[in-house]
Amino acid sequence: MGKYLLRRLAINVILVALAASLAYMLAATTMNPRATYQGRQPPIPEAVIDQTLDAYNLNDKTPVLQRYATWASGVIVGDFGKTWNGGSVNAEMGRRIFVSLRLLLIGTILGFAVGVALGAVSAVRQYKLSDRLIGVSSFVIMAIPVFVLATLLAIATYNVNRGLGFTLIEYTGEYNPRLSGFDQFLNRLNHLILPTISLSLGSIAFYSRIQRNMMLDVLGQDFVRTAMAKGLRRRTALTKHALRTALIPSATYFAFAFGTMFTGAIFTEKIFAWHGMGAWLIDAINANDVNSVAAVTFFTAICVLFAAFLSDLLVAALDPRVRVS
Amino acid sequence: MRSKVVLRRLYKNRQARYGFAALILLVALAYVGPLFGNYEWTEKDFLSFLSPPGPDHWWGTTSIGQDMYAITLRGMQKSIVIGLLVAVISTGLAAIVGAFAGYFGGWVDRLLMSGVELLLVLPSFLIIAIVSPRLKSDASWLWFVVLLAAFSWMVTSRVVRSMTISLREREYVQAAVYMGIPRWKIIFRHIVPNMSSLLIIDATLNVSAAIIGEAALSFFGFGIQPPDVSLGTLIASGSGNATGYPWLFAFPAGLLVLLVLSVNLIGDGLRDALDPGSNS
Amino acid sequence: MSILEVKDLTVTFPGGIQAVRGVSYEVERGEVLGIVGESGSGKSVTSLAIMGLLHRNAVVTGSAKLHGRELIGMKEDELIKVRGKAISMIFQDPLSAFTPVYTIGDQIAEAVRVHQKMNKDKAAKRAVELLDLVGIPHPNVRAKAFPHEFSGGMRQRAMIAMAIANDPDLLICDEPTTALDVTIQAQVLEVLKTAQRETGAGIVMITHDLGVIAGMADRVLVMYAGRPVEQGAVDDIYYRPRMPYTMGLLASIPRIDGEEGALVPIEGNPPSPASLPPGCPFAPRCPMKVDMCDEEEPPLVPFGGGRHVACIRAQEIEHKGLTGADVFPVPVIPPSDVVRVPRAERATVLELNDMIRHYPLMKGAVFKRRVGTVHAVDGISFDIAEGETLALVGESGCGKTTTLQQIMQLVPPQGGRVVVLGKDSAEMDSATRRALRRDVQIVFQDPMAALDPRMPVGDIIAEPLRAHGRKDVQARVAELLDLVGLAPEHAERYPQQFSGGQRQRIGIARALALEPKLVVLDEPVSALDVSIQAGVINLLEELKNTLGLSYLFVAHDLAVVRHLADRVAVMYLGKIAEIGTVENVYDHPAHPYTQALLSAIPLPDPELERSRRRILLEGDLPSPADPPSGCRFRTRCPKFARLTEAERRRCVDEEPSVARLANTVDHGAACHYAEEIEVITASDDQEEK
Repeated sequence: MGKYLLRRLAINVILVALAASLAYMLAATTMNPRATYQGRQPPIPEAVIDQTLDAYNLNDKTPVLQRYATWASGVIVGDFGKTWNGGSVNAEMGRRIFVSLRLLLIGTILGFAVGVALGAVSAVRQYKLSDRLIGVSSFVIMAIPVFVLATLLAIATYNVNRGLGFTLIEYTGEYNPRLSGFDQFLNRLNHLILPTISLSLGSIAFYSRIQRNMMLDVLGQDFVRTAMAKGLRRRTALTKHALRTALIPSATYFAFAFGTMFTGAIFTEKIFAWHGMGAWLIDAINANDVNSVAAVTFFTAICVLFAAFLSDLLVAALDPRVRVS
Repeated sequence: MRSKVVLRRLYKNRQARYGFAALILLVALAYVGPLFGNYEWTEKDFLSFLSPPGPDHWWGTTSIGQDMYAITLRGMQKSIVIGLLVAVISTGLAAIVGAFAGYFGGWVDRLLMSGVELLLVLPSFLIIAIVSPRLKSDASWLWFVVLLAAFSWMVTSRVVRSMTISLREREYVQAAVYMGIPRWKIIFRHIVPNMSSLLIIDATLNVSAAIIGEAALSFFGFGIQPPDVSLGTLIASGSGNATGYPWLFAFPAGLLVLLVLSVNLIGDGLRDALDPGSNS
Repeated sequence: MSILEVKDLTVTFPGGIQAVRGVSYEVERGEVLGIVGESGSGKSVTSLAIMGLLHRNAVVTGSAKLHGRELIGMKEDELIKVRGKAISMIFQDPLSAFTPVYTIGDQIAEAVRVHQKMNKDKAAKRAVELLDLVGIPHPNVRAKAFPHEFSGGMRQRAMIAMAIANDPDLLICDEPTTALDVTIQAQVLEVLKTAQRETGAGIVMITHDLGVIAGMADRVLVMYAGRPVEQGAVDDIYYRPRMPYTMGLLASIPRIDGEEGALVPIEGNPPSPASLPPGCPFAPRCPMKVDMCDEEEPPLVPFGGGRHVACIRAQEIEHKGLTGADVFPVPVIPPSDVVRVPRAERATVLELNDMIRHYPLMKGAVFKRRVGTVHAVDGISFDIAEGETLALVGESGCGKTTTLQQIMQLVPPQGGRVVVLGKDSAEMDSATRRALRRDVQIVFQDPMAALDPRMPVGDIIAEPLRAHGRKDVQARVAELLDLVGLAPEHAERYPQQFSGGQRQRIGIARALALEPKLVVLDEPVSALDVSIQAGVINLLEELKNTLGLSYLFVAHDLAVVRHLADRVAVMYLGKIAEIGTVENVYDHPAHPYTQALLSAIPLPDPELERSRRRILLEGDLPSPADPPSGCRFRTRCPKFARLTEAERRRCVDEEPSVARLANTVDHGAACHYAEEIEVITASDDQEEK
């Protein structure tokens, strides 16, 4: 077991290093941070630009391998360098991770819980009206990309607010900094409503499809029949025996989603103007911010691998068949 | 005879019927529709900026006087072509890599699968976002297709691999081995055809995934580059003004949703028809 | 008064498919009713209908009364008080019948708590007691294990423990031993008998195995195409069957105490419930069919002596005293020319010398790692002469399939030698290997899995021909189809359109395409129904004789082996326990394992079964990853138990090798204390020599 974990850890470290290095090289060779300083009014002297870029390890006049070495030696000691305008990447990341977390936590859990419940109901009532209704809605929702859904929600809210004459539901930003105390807490919750809906609708549809399929697979199996042959009620047999067994696959997806939550939600964050990790990636690409791009990649790779490990762990916890004895 | 059964089941499947009907209509609209329009997609009507839908400009105009009907259909053509190409390339790649890794095992498997692992960890969004706007050529959208396909086959190839491993132990595959048939021939004659249902379904769902993927990247300006248009670029430019000029957003977004929905319906119907036993 | 009274029960599935078309029977307290039938005869559906466990879209009519209370159409609130309490059910496949995520103990305790007011601890204790009752060693430890950690036999015991948890009045056993090996089957049947003694329950025993029923049942109900066709006391059914289907069924079973020679096949296939013939459903396959049979389905009518028969010619059969062998034509199989030459003078087609095959044992699906080595085959030797059939028999896990794969792969083994048609597999180049593949062919167990479902039958048979560059492919395919009893026009159809027996014939045709010298048969008939099995066995025998083939026949069914094989090698845990001619090994087995194996096989003969003495083995097969030292069989050996301490030493320390037995030409056993005894018909009153 210990040997296995060590090997897996080693492979993952290599994968993360490879992914981050590749992203750094790609960003460093194609992006042009100089452009942000050039062509300003009044023009900044070339020497000053060079000096600034050198300080941030962004100067394209330095050979790319040398810049990479500087970057990598920083990363090894946990320093991700400077942003395009001289801020600390570490500080920015620390701030943004929590923004993403606050945005996604409720939506991720809600999506899973509601989705699984709907999927299970749908399977038990296969071909009944409720099943068809859930099926059709999840189909339609899955066909709507999140950026269209978010925009639709924003339009709808805009119209509702305009019709009411006051802002019932906030549709941009994370909170109103002018409020404080409990008011601010409520205001934060209000700001969460739209992004949470836009995030969770998709996952509800996704989980309900998976759960329905898994549940149907399990419902036809002998052990559900055995449970009823023992004298359990159909309902008890379904929840205690069928659902518990059919939950394993959706739970592993959930574990994965939970692990990758920290990397943010690109579209939702951009559209609802939350300054989380997802929005950062877009902003960094647009701002030619090489170090931030590399840092986001590094962090994402870690999260993805951690999430994969988390979902493996969860499978082992839920399913005795794959547990090591 | 099997194909007949599948076709009959497919025809009986309501989802698939609706899906096919909708898709045929949408494709017809994309390719035949422009012939009936009043404007070319490249034309600009300097007399009407941001005019709402009307008898002249059926779906209204943009802020620079482009006819929404013409450019939306043009964008849809691009989205459809991209979706199909990406799906074919990525499913093909997944089938070949997965089948070889699964069938040969050993170092071939380890090599191919660590490549898959790496590609999964690599930030695909980032790479496409950085590379694609910098492709300066007439066929840049083809490169974009290649990039999209390159990052969308890995999960399927893992499924194909594990299916191959179980198919490899099937007795008819062993029978072929014991007959002295070369291994690559066995892969293409016995293994890949027996996964065709999985591959067809996967390809179908890849079409809709690629259409959404293209639109998502184009939404941030990382996909199709102007002057070319796709549904994604249109939705992106339309969503900013969606409250004031809804036609800029409604038409491309609506068509995108319909397109994805119809393809998904077909995919689901195909699954029912090809794999009546499985629900997954 | 009877416990259960079923009357005119019918089950209709959506689409108007009638799976059960009028079943009536009664079960009394302490009585065992056997329900026999081939797959698709509706025997399992009947019992599920009684329990109310069928899917909601199945329509059930008729009546099933438990102690006079109607079960059909009972409300769930009432039904849950009956299920698991008054009637319990034991299912065929105990792996899928247990919920995989809960421990065995918890699942049994749950059954206890559903019907008895008991706290959790007490229920858990009761579960352990029940596990102990059904003979599970270390029950308090094993109760905490998950279903997949149990062996098949142990799972079925646990299933029985769960079924008797609430002292039921009636036990319904649906093929309770079909998935098990014979020695384990003997154990489980013993446990069932114990369970019946403990509870005094009536038992409904559903099975396709006429041997199992013969020893257990008091009365038997034979089902065909969703209806009972004959019913009566067990002796009447076995010794005086009056319905041609029952007669054919009994005649078609290969018996371990039987003679060599052709078996009696029943032509054709059971009808599909969707398209039944107009009159008697058995008429199309019945050699006694007269025109009247097509007019109307004969009802099940009383026949005197508590017997019921559904055949218009039953009286005539009774009157003339006809038996299955009289009614069904016995095919004549031409004798082989090769056997006239003494064995020693014939060429050797296959020789295995101390062959070894080990493979790594991996554990865990997520955290996969190597935890040991499986000693799948650990040094076995045998040879096959031209025109001979050697059977390799043993229970699952004994290494017979691994042996076969090693031979077919034609690659150097990890240890020892494999010589095929005079060529050593260790010294072969790829051209020789390819050429040799023409001469060595295989027929697989599962006739569905062995044929690529996406290829028409013609292409399947042509594949080896094309691979070896044969011309005249079309003509050869037609010739081969004809050879195995199919029509040339079948070449254009797909495997799915054929029945199991026909598919197996296609597999045989493919194996014969290149005119091989050696054919490896991997359990070729074990997936087939009894009535179909006989035809395929006869075909194999005929082909061997006419084409001068040699067979390596891998099987677990010793009765089939007796019919087809000339010589037999019994394997246990990667070793050969006993080898010799069929007569020697079956009639005078010398190894305790062979003796136990032979004595465990139930005979379709109620009187013999009742008086037979069984040698029951203790426990399960040890793990091949950790075989016992010395003699591998000693941990379960009944003889070892009777030896003195000094004699046992030898079994523990020294691994016995196959030694020729005195006074025989072709008979050897790997036992230090080998001793020939007769076991097949040995009965209680016969004293051991």
